Amino acid sequence: MTQLWLSRLVIFLTLTFLIGPFFIIIFAGLSAGSSLAFPPDGLSLKWYLAVFEVESFRKSFILSMFLAVGGTLTALVLGVPAAYALSRYKLPFGETIKLIVAAPIIVPGIIVGLALLRYLVVPLDFTVTMALFLAHTALVLPYAVRVVSASLQNLRVDMEEAAVLLGCSRLGAFSRVVLPNIQGGILAAFILGFVTSFNQVPVSLFLSGPGVRTLPIDMIAYMEITYDPSVAALSALLAFLSIGIVFVAERFLGFSRYV
Amino acid sequence: MSDAYVSLQQLTLAYGDSIAVPDLDLDINEGELITLLGPSGCGKTTTMRAIAGLMQPKSGRIFIDGVDVTRVSANKRQIGLVFQSYALFPHLSAYENVAFGLRLRRVASHQIQQQVNQGLERVGLQQLATRKPAELSGGQQQRLALARSLVMQPKVLLLDEPLSNLDAKLRLEMRSELQRLQRETAITMVFVTHDQSEALALADRIVLMSDGHIAQLGTAEELYNAPDTVFAADFMGFENIFKVADERDGLCYLAGRDSDVSARLEIAGSSEAGYLAWRPAAVSVGQGQHRGEVRSVAFAGETREYVIECTIGFVKAQVPVGNRVHAVGDVVDFELSLSTARPLRD
Ligand SMILES: Nc1ncnc2c1ncn2[C@@H]1O[C@H](COP(=O)(O)OP(=O)(O)OP(=O)(O)O)[C@@H](O)[C@H]1O
Ligand SMILES: [Mg+2]
Repeated sequence: MTQLWLSRLVIFLTLTFLIGPFFIIIFAGLSAGSSLAFPPDGLSLKWYLAVFEVESFRKSFILSMFLAVGGTLTALVLGVPAAYALSRYKLPFGETIKLIVAAPIIVPGIIVGLALLRYLVVPLDFTVTMALFLAHTALVLPYAVRVVSASLQNLRVDMEEAAVLLGCSRLGAFSRVVLPNIQGGILAAFILGFVTSFNQVPVSLFLSGPGVRTLPIDMIAYMEITYDPSVAALSALLAFLSIGIVFVAERFLGFSRYV
Repeated sequence: MSDAYVSLQQLTLAYGDSIAVPDLDLDINEGELITLLGPSGCGKTTTMRAIAGLMQPKSGRIFIDGVDVTRVSANKRQIGLVFQSYALFPHLSAYENVAFGLRLRRVASHQIQQQVNQGLERVGLQQLATRKPAELSGGQQQRLALARSLVMQPKVLLLDEPLSNLDAKLRLEMRSELQRLQRETAITMVFVTHDQSEALALADRIVLMSDGHIAQLGTAEELYNAPDTVFAADFMGFENIFKVADERDGLCYLAGRDSDVSARLEIAGSSEAGYLAWRPAAVSVGQGQHRGEVRSVAFAGETREYVIECTIGFVKAQVPVGNRVHAVGDVVDFELSLSTARPLRD
């Protein structure tokens, strides 16, 4: 009996710590008052609406979307062939390449951001947007390679050979047989990459310029000046967006198979 | 150049530096069903991949229908290959799997439809055209793989152990189905297997391979009754193979195949051969010149199988069940006679 209570307590605490903050921001955003507080100071939807009125949020949201979609797509364009080559051919230094590709996961984001700022933006006169784009692509690349590699692993080589013997070129076999069979993996990699890029803070922290900020950085900056519940409202909206994407992906793809 | 339909000439096949098949010569006739038979790792798959163009030979040439195709890429050779794993396209229906190659050839759509339906019908899958490969049984997948290759009317159809994933009953069924298809289509087929009974049942001719070489080539009967070498005899079920250690005064002295025991077994007659071999059925038990102790008895339906230990080793015998039964431990007479022996070289 005590065991049952104990396990219930553990589950309760776990859920509290995982989901609790989420409820806190939802309700903090629903506040009718004008400063960020929990429990909220009365209830209203005004801060959820106010979010859309903030000019800098709109700009940084567009930038973040651009980075998340563009960076992830670029990472996939690079990552799918890379994963294919790594899984199909015995490349010289194959293991080394895998390690290098994984580096952005291993190296702390702050270092990546600082390095890009110090050696790309400052001396080479890169625009901040370009540097951000590069950084986000590089950050997403390891996920793209990993997830796509995993689905390639399940795909037998002889299927491509069968396609070739039926008249396909090697490239034709790739697009007609390999791609359709790993599209679930590619979509999973896209979603994972999108979420990673969209929520990315440390690297983007170093790479921001006049009027160029990703949404998370912009939110931090906003909070430093204005301590109102709109940040909580925005966070809640973003969380709903992520949950929605993952839910749809799980529903239609069995997303969890790939991650 | 020979007038064979498929001709492999001094073909050397290697993976990197390790040579899998050295200097192979093989001619295959048009419309023939030939089997590559041999133990695991002897180079059957390798040879087949070279014919298909999936692997470039280190040296030598390959002719198909009088044309040197050595440098022709795999997608231009018009060769069909049924993989051991079937290699069906999991994202396509049975129908689309069969249509795959025809679509690439840009065959008109009404012809595709007709040919695919015909192809599916030929292997009895017309009812299952809309199923995905994962929704088909092993035997059905196998037939789908066959249909996918056959519909392309390949010059040569290669089959790499296509029956090995099936259970015994289905294997027999598919075996006769294959023979029927071969008769109907008259397509030249190369069938790879390491199962000698399958090779014997199917093939016009059998190529017995060992370590990348052709150990022996002949009709099923030739190989079954008259293997030339110890390797071939071993593979074709000659379970009693003894060395002719000495021969004088009209007697042969047999020794164990590779034992250094000095014991000899003498049999009447003289032989030039280095080795003599008997099938278990050629050994008679109950009377004869030799004597040994029964080590095991096994009932096998029509026959009873004995393992008898004598001075030069173990002798396997197979006798009709009607004969007198001997028990383990009995000392029995048996006979190895020169008239039923197959002479072999090393
Ligand atoms: N990809 C490879 N890399 C290196 N060596 C290989 C490769 N594939 C096969 N070999 C070698 O080549 C030789 C012939 O192999 P092959 O696959 O042709 O044998 P097989 O007769 O088809 O055997 P099995 O009956 O087991 O399929 C073997 O010694 C094998 O170890
Ligand atoms: Mg093989």
